Amino acid sequence: MAHAYTPGLRVTDHAVIRRERRLPLKGDVLVAVGQPVEADTVVARTELPGNVQTVNLAAKLSLDPARVPDALTLPVGSAVRRGDLIAAGKSLFGLVHQRATSPADGTLESVSPVTGQLILREPPLPVEVDAYVRGVVAEVLPGEGVVVEASGALMQGIFGVGGETFGTLRLVAASPDEPLATAALTPAHQGCVVVGGSYVSHATLMRARELGVAAVVVGGFDDHDLRHLLGRDLGVAITGAEDLGFTLILTEGFGRIRMAERTWRLLAAHQGQQASVSGATQIRAGVMRPEIVIPRPPGAGREAAAAGAAGVEVGSLLRVIREPHFGRIARVIELPAELQALETEARVRVMAVEFAEDGTRAVVPRANVELIED
Amino acid sequence: MEPRPLDPAAIRSILATDCGSTPTKAILIEPRDGVYRLIVRGEAPTTVEAPFEDVTRGVLNAVREVEELAGRRILDGERIITPQTGDQGVDLYVSTSSAGGGLQMMVSGLVLQMTGESAQRAALGAGAIVMDVIALNDGRRPHEKIRRLRQLRPDMILLSGGTDGGDVRRVAEMAEIILAADPKARLGAGYRLPVIYAGNQAAAEVVTGTLGDRTALSVVANLRPSLEQENLGPARDAIHELFMEHVMAHAPGYKKLMTWSPVPIMPTPGAVGIIIEAIARRDRMSVVGVDIGGATTDVFSVFQGVFNRTVSANLGMSYSVSNVMAEAGIENILRWVPFAVDEIDLRNRVKNKMIRPTTIPQSLEDLVIEQAIAREALRLAFEQHKALAVGLKGIQSQRTISDIMSQTETGATRVDLLDLGLLVGSGGVLSHAPRRVQAALMMVDGFLPEGLTQLAVDSIFMAPQLGVLSTVHEPAATQVFERDCLVRLGTVLSPLGAGKAGQPCLSVEVLADQTPIQRRIPFGELALIPLPEQGRVRVIARPERGFDLGPGKGKPLEAQVNGGVVGLIVDTRGRRPFVLPTEPAERIRRLRAWNAALGLYAKEV
Repeated sequence: MAHAYTPGLRVTDHAVIRRERRLPLKGDVLVAVGQPVEADTVVARTELPGNVQTVNLAAKLSLDPARVPDALTLPVGSAVRRGDLIAAGKSLFGLVHQRATSPADGTLESVSPVTGQLILREPPLPVEVDAYVRGVVAEVLPGEGVVVEASGALMQGIFGVGGETFGTLRLVAASPDEPLATAALTPAHQGCVVVGGSYVSHATLMRARELGVAAVVVGGFDDHDLRHLLGRDLGVAITGAEDLGFTLILTEGFGRIRMAERTWRLLAAHQGQQASVSGATQIRAGVMRPEIVIPRPPGAGREAAAAGAAGVEVGSLLRVIREPHFGRIARVIELPAELQALETEARVRVMAVEFAEDGTRAVVPRANVELIED
Repeated sequence: MEPRPLDPAAIRSILATDCGSTPTKAILIEPRDGVYRLIVRGEAPTTVEAPFEDVTRGVLNAVREVEELAGRRILDGERIITPQTGDQGVDLYVSTSSAGGGLQMMVSGLVLQMTGESAQRAALGAGAIVMDVIALNDGRRPHEKIRRLRQLRPDMILLSGGTDGGDVRRVAEMAEIILAADPKARLGAGYRLPVIYAGNQAAAEVVTGTLGDRTALSVVANLRPSLEQENLGPARDAIHELFMEHVMAHAPGYKKLMTWSPVPIMPTPGAVGIIIEAIARRDRMSVVGVDIGGATTDVFSVFQGVFNRTVSANLGMSYSVSNVMAEAGIENILRWVPFAVDEIDLRNRVKNKMIRPTTIPQSLEDLVIEQAIAREALRLAFEQHKALAVGLKGIQSQRTISDIMSQTETGATRVDLLDLGLLVGSGGVLSHAPRRVQAALMMVDGFLPEGLTQLAVDSIFMAPQLGVLSTVHEPAATQVFERDCLVRLGTVLSPLGAGKAGQPCLSVEVLADQTPIQRRIPFGELALIPLPEQGRVRVIARPERGFDLGPGKGKPLEAQVNGGVVGLIVDTRGRRPFVLPTEPAERIRRLRAWNAALGLYAKEV
């Protein structure tokens, strides 16, 4: 068999990108099909039901729970303000008058004759969804949101933290194997998507945050620093909800790793354009990778999306993704069909590769490579 | 669908599949020389996700591989041919599934330590991942509980609480919280969330009044009818049934798959549990089974005839590998590694495995590190299991003087390592370890068995298929399990007690066929005595004063033990406590000596 399947990250200049923008609950869609939208255009809006508070009226009024519904001074469904009288009752043969007031602004949602509890719902919280990428509304999901379509460049990273953001793309490192230097960041980078080369340190990230950089895109980062950044060890790779003040995307992995040439060149080609960035990563059933989307200006023409990950064959360009050759770029020179024993004594399918940088050769397990789309 | 009555004698061929979260595995079983044997095994990626979104595609692909390897037809287009006609088709098709992330549940009870724990045991026993336990006394305010219910979007909720005839009001309060949260299910926006009520039967009417219109409510018998009694069966059955009806049925392709088999599709861990229970019953011994996967680690145990199962949903060797490091702490992983490792480098390696979960160790050093992580994942999963597999709490038990002396209390773990007869491991890191002795030592280090314990691994992880098969054809399941699935590794002897390195600890006599073997093993060592792979041998072990193999300090232990591919491991490194040297150079020296004694790796690392 001359093919092997490998996980491939999409790095392409020509993609049609469709992103669903959906409200967490039913609400109002504010745009129509065919309407051009900017990244920050609000496309749908709703109100989340407020928090619920329970008020133990039976205890407050010293009443049997069954009598609590009749003790309400306002009907269920009424809006109340904090401190408003909501129930009153008499106990001890009518000698003691008890009153209960609302602990917060809200609505009287329900009252239970079994427990004597009142459920008070606090005022709703407005929730808005923006378009995230500059594009056109391709579809309206009635009452839920829209699908925004854009054509342009799409680059998937391998891991990210932080949510969706957008800004002007700026290359700050001089080459893909140069780390992002603190000194290279200036106040002009405020609100920008800053691209480094092989690595960013925690100190440099902190400087980026200070300057109000929207996102940092680099080849690698140390897990040690990630722990510092998040304030905890990241256990399971489900990210995107962190509130860091910026978004970080690793294109290659953990450690110092030269950014793939193709990714670097593509980012350089779009310098100065607007990029939408999401750090959300989920590595489990239904994998989700972080992304950098650079939409083409409206009317610049659309091209079909590139095909998905293809098979590896002799001549394919790939990256080794595990020690002892971690991060090195190589070309396949042979795909033997037979199982071969590794140093560990495990017998697995392998491939022979030639490294791009020095022409040396090695045998690596097929499971340990990642295709790089030419 | 009710299982169709089968005539076991008439079954000439069985096809069994397991739809895992990553691969779908198919096995073909046929009689050979009067016993059922595994004939071939096929594998294909599971197809629950886009672009396929139909689990049957992966099943068909795996079956096609079986067809190619067996050299005969099983499929007619996209249909499994049943019954077998000539050499085409099979007489029986069964399947298990854990695709789609398993069954994710929330459970609630009134008191966290009592009904809450019983409810958790019922859910775990039914093969669910318990996302959270909500109880009146869990320290959270009602709105916090409501927010949590909304955030987690469970597949199902099990509501318990109160003993029969007890307080109705507090059960109603829990039902009201669920109603206010109005949680949405994870899969399928258009269906109502299944809720099972298994609490105080006097409150059933109130709960039905509160939740009946808004959820798919099932009322079953109380899982804790009195403080002294736990009745988990009806709740477990209801979970299985609702899982089939609601949750699995919403995973793409399951409805079609269900029509292919006369036997209900069973959640994978539930099927493995059946096999573990069957071994314990047959061999009349306490058994622990562990399945360490990429995302989760399941532990099953049978002690004193009581079955328990736990899922550590965030402990595993790929997707969850980083969480093992987070929970165990990096120093606990490094204590098993016999060379110096830079912490920054190790952290990056582990994260790189997490973000690219399908990679395998190429260098020996990398294998050693991966196996060190596996030891910690096993240890943590077993700790969680011991904490959950407990007797009932809140019971007043009559105590004798000896009970008082031993300070036992209700709620103590059922797991008694001295009583453990067999430890069975499965999952990639154990089943596919390049040397079987590596799997044996990972299990010994992770579980720290005491006294005399037999060790085995599942050769290619087919316990799930055999578990579901055993519900309709026990002889076939048992025969294949013994001959083709279970690889007996051997036995480990581990005396309780602590001492100084080199002091006399244990003498062992193995009475094999011809020449008896005698060894004296001082404290602080690992030794390996080869055993025949098949059959049983007599072992006499005499501990020194102060060391105990079960019969008492200094008392000899005589037993018939099964042979195995590894042999008899004698572990005098100490138990209660088991301590590794803290000084790095000494620790590395000892680890290397132990590895060499067992022939763990091809060369010293």
